Amino acid sequence: MTDTELIWRLAGGSGDGMDSTGQAFEKALMRMGLSVFSHRHYPSRIRGGHTYFEVRAGPEKVRSRGDGYNFLLALGDSFARNPQEDQPAYYGEEEVKPLSENLDDLREGGVIVYDEGMLDDEDIADIELDERAEENDWHVYPIDLRTIAREHGREIMRNTAGVGATAALIGMDTEPVEQLMEGRMSDEILEDNLTVLEEAYDQVAEMDHTHDLEVPEGSHEADQVLVSGSQAVAYGALDAGCRFIAGYPMTPWTDVFTIMSQNLPAFGGIAEQVEDEIAAASLAIGASHAGAKAMSGSSGGGFALMSEPLGLAEMTETPIVLVEAMRAGPSTGMPTKPEQGDLEHVLYTSQGDSNRVVFAPGTVEECYEQARDAFHVAYDYQIPVTLVIDQKLSGEITNVDEALFDREPDPSLGSVLTEAEVAEASHHESGVFDRYQYDPENDDGVSPRSIPGQQDGRFLATGNEHTPQGHIEEDPDNRVFQMDRRMRKLESIREELADFRNPHDSFYGPDDAEYGIMTWGSQQGTVEEAVDRLNDGGHSVKALSVSDLMPYPKEEVTDLLESVEECLVVEMNASAQFRGLTQKELGRFGEKLSSLLKYNGNPFEPAEIVEGFEIQVNGGGEAPSAQTRIEPATGD
Amino acid sequence: MSAFSAIGEEAEIDREEFTPGIEPQATWCPGCGDFGVLKALKQAAPEVGLTPDEILLVTGIGCSGKLNSYFDSYGYHSIHGRALPVARASKLANPGLTVLAAGGDGDGYGIGGNHFMHTARENHDMVYIVFNNEIFGLTKGQTSPTSPKGHKSKTQPQGSAKDPVRPLSLGLTSGASYIARTAAVNPRQAGEILAEAIEHDGFAHIDFLTQCPTWNKDAKQYVPYVDVQDSDDYDFDVHDRREAAEMMQETEDVLNEGTVLTGRFYVEEDRPSYQQEKIDQGQMPEEPLAERYFDDDAEWERTADELIARHR
Repeated sequence: MTDTELIWRLAGGSGDGMDSTGQAFEKALMRMGLSVFSHRHYPSRIRGGHTYFEVRAGPEKVRSRGDGYNFLLALGDSFARNPQEDQPAYYGEEEVKPLSENLDDLREGGVIVYDEGMLDDEDIADIELDERAEENDWHVYPIDLRTIAREHGREIMRNTAGVGATAALIGMDTEPVEQLMEGRMSDEILEDNLTVLEEAYDQVAEMDHTHDLEVPEGSHEADQVLVSGSQAVAYGALDAGCRFIAGYPMTPWTDVFTIMSQNLPAFGGIAEQVEDEIAAASLAIGASHAGAKAMSGSSGGGFALMSEPLGLAEMTETPIVLVEAMRAGPSTGMPTKPEQGDLEHVLYTSQGDSNRVVFAPGTVEECYEQARDAFHVAYDYQIPVTLVIDQKLSGEITNVDEALFDREPDPSLGSVLTEAEVAEASHHESGVFDRYQYDPENDDGVSPRSIPGQQDGRFLATGNEHTPQGHIEEDPDNRVFQMDRRMRKLESIREELADFRNPHDSFYGPDDAEYGIMTWGSQQGTVEEAVDRLNDGGHSVKALSVSDLMPYPKEEVTDLLESVEECLVVEMNASAQFRGLTQKELGRFGEKLSSLLKYNGNPFEPAEIVEGFEIQVNGGGEAPSAQTRIEPATGD
Repeated sequence: MSAFSAIGEEAEIDREEFTPGIEPQATWCPGCGDFGVLKALKQAAPEVGLTPDEILLVTGIGCSGKLNSYFDSYGYHSIHGRALPVARASKLANPGLTVLAAGGDGDGYGIGGNHFMHTARENHDMVYIVFNNEIFGLTKGQTSPTSPKGHKSKTQPQGSAKDPVRPLSLGLTSGASYIARTAAVNPRQAGEILAEAIEHDGFAHIDFLTQCPTWNKDAKQYVPYVDVQDSDDYDFDVHDRREAAEMMQETEDVLNEGTVLTGRFYVEEDRPSYQQEKIDQGQMPEEPLAERYFDDDAEWERTADELIARHR
């Protein structure tokens, strides 16, 4: 926790434009030279309900949400309010929730701005704001944002007024905000918004300020762009030559699906919204079979429907890329809350032995890189690749180097023959192409495919066990040859992954550290921040964030675990799935691995990991104060 | 130059060229109606000038799913009920292909019913042959979605309490633009209908009565059959949706009373196929997508050029 950071939380009603206002503010901070990172919290509801958009900004790279926050802009929930002024609110006490629900996380000394036009004195008295403010040294600024918006524009411009008030309180130049408004608003509303911004700024600037918090200063070494995890996945897919997507809406997967669907036509591709997820995955298979780079995806429940097509892609060796954007389960669970509870689902769903690749990117940059890598691996090795993200990573927005995207596209179909190559390739005496050859000399297990329409390339693809020509066959020798060849592909991929230009499995902290922390996927940045704090606080800790879940990076993890006394495995689920996977893959280290688990619907904060680590290092007996759980090591 | 030279090549070839050297002899039961589908397909394909390498035949699971083991072309033997979504994406990725899909009545009207409804409404340019034997054959004789009410089987020992699915009506209300019923016992008509269906520009649904002598009816029970186009007893306009609907209702009603009505039931010629709609609306490239991946000179869009500026 540093004083040089701003953690600004914009709270209001779902449907009140929290996201767009929050993102614009975040981008303004980025343009001012700051590193930014946002986190969003919203209910499964179209309108109304407590929602917030939180931006953390500082001069150094921001990798995680912070511990709590220090600036609250509580706008009030317009959908909770009854337009008939003398009538009670539609949803009981919800009108005050943007203020009341956020107080627990506000740091000592924090700043509160609330819309006096939306909340009356009685509401404020009910939540004991004054008492709590005094206790916590909060600086409270009631401002009638609603009236400012009404007088100089329209009521809906309360958000703009709130941003103006924020800028005045933290000494922030409004120019980047104005420039962004000019870029995204029509002339019709721009003028009014600029006036509302200025009025709110001036009015608040004249007030007495009692707090110290100011906007930090920073500068970037390279050009930055503001990108979300979902955008990075979609852009990685587009730059990997993916030109076909099929899907069905489901939160949070819908983000990737939407971005792809909006951009594919202009990229010369095809997007299909279909009847269900079984169809969606099957369409990806059909498009890939006919010679396109294709993807699909869903969240837990929809991914469950993809189980059988996923197995079909494994058996027919049809390359596809799937995205699984996890949310809290089981069943419908908590649709808008993050969790990492689908790891085992993604690894093992579908009948028979798993023959697939699973990557879990840990950062927005990795979302882009690993989406590209997913297509490369899928098409080179003719195997389904699943990218596992979650509601946290999917919705988090951060600044990354613009140069990340300045890369050559990769439209290669991988292990595919041209018609000329098909003519030279091995065929059965009947004229059918030997699509599934097992050649003991062929180390990587991949047998190149032809594409329908190529002269003399015809073969049968089938979910049944099959001969080299794809015909159904249950001969034991053929079975073992074909199974071994398909499984061999995973070993080839494991070897290639070890050489990837950007490590999928990121080490962090001093090499010779005494203790380790392991995590996977979206918790990477938070774990790394916790490692910094622990080392600053006199501990000796390093971290490993794993993205390759299948094939699993046995060597890297073994090296880590051999080098440390103990290792805490941090993940957002209740049954320690990643620790279980690690023990299954390595068959040892059970006595070194303990778990820190969280499954309350909110991602880890760095302080929770610091606390969990300290408890575990001290023997693990104590109960954490946070809503986390420690699962001791075998024998502890 | 196309990367797929088999496509569009006009060739006069013998129907026997569609008999695969690997499995020349189908292993269906003697007297099975499925032989009739295979025969009709081998008759229709050369008639419309197709060669094996330009056809993709996608099947589901069941006895019908073996069709592409016995017909020499590109084949994709998918999973139960899912032939249609695989097939329609292949067609979108490469519209030059002739895409045929096939499955049984359980496959198409039961487990894959949702896909049938949506593929028909979207009017993909492909043929869907439903082997309708009114029974689950390969799993040894269970009641299927088209089994008549009262049908007894091991899984419905007291007889089915359900009315059967109305396949033709289902195709019509779903949006298929060509709907026919034919029967294995009438190979000449079946071949003609299949050829028409392949040439039809849109979703062609053929409900193909394929007797299952082992578990259900034998061939005799589909004889005599009536071709509604040839009979003086039936007069309706095959292009008129309402008249077609009535004719279908009657056809479905009388099947289990022993009257087998076959022929073309609905033909809508002027409705554009789905791929055409998508191309017209700028949602799909005019050149087949699959060609682009083989074109060394193709320019590939980059997010760095097209999308990144808005993130600055």
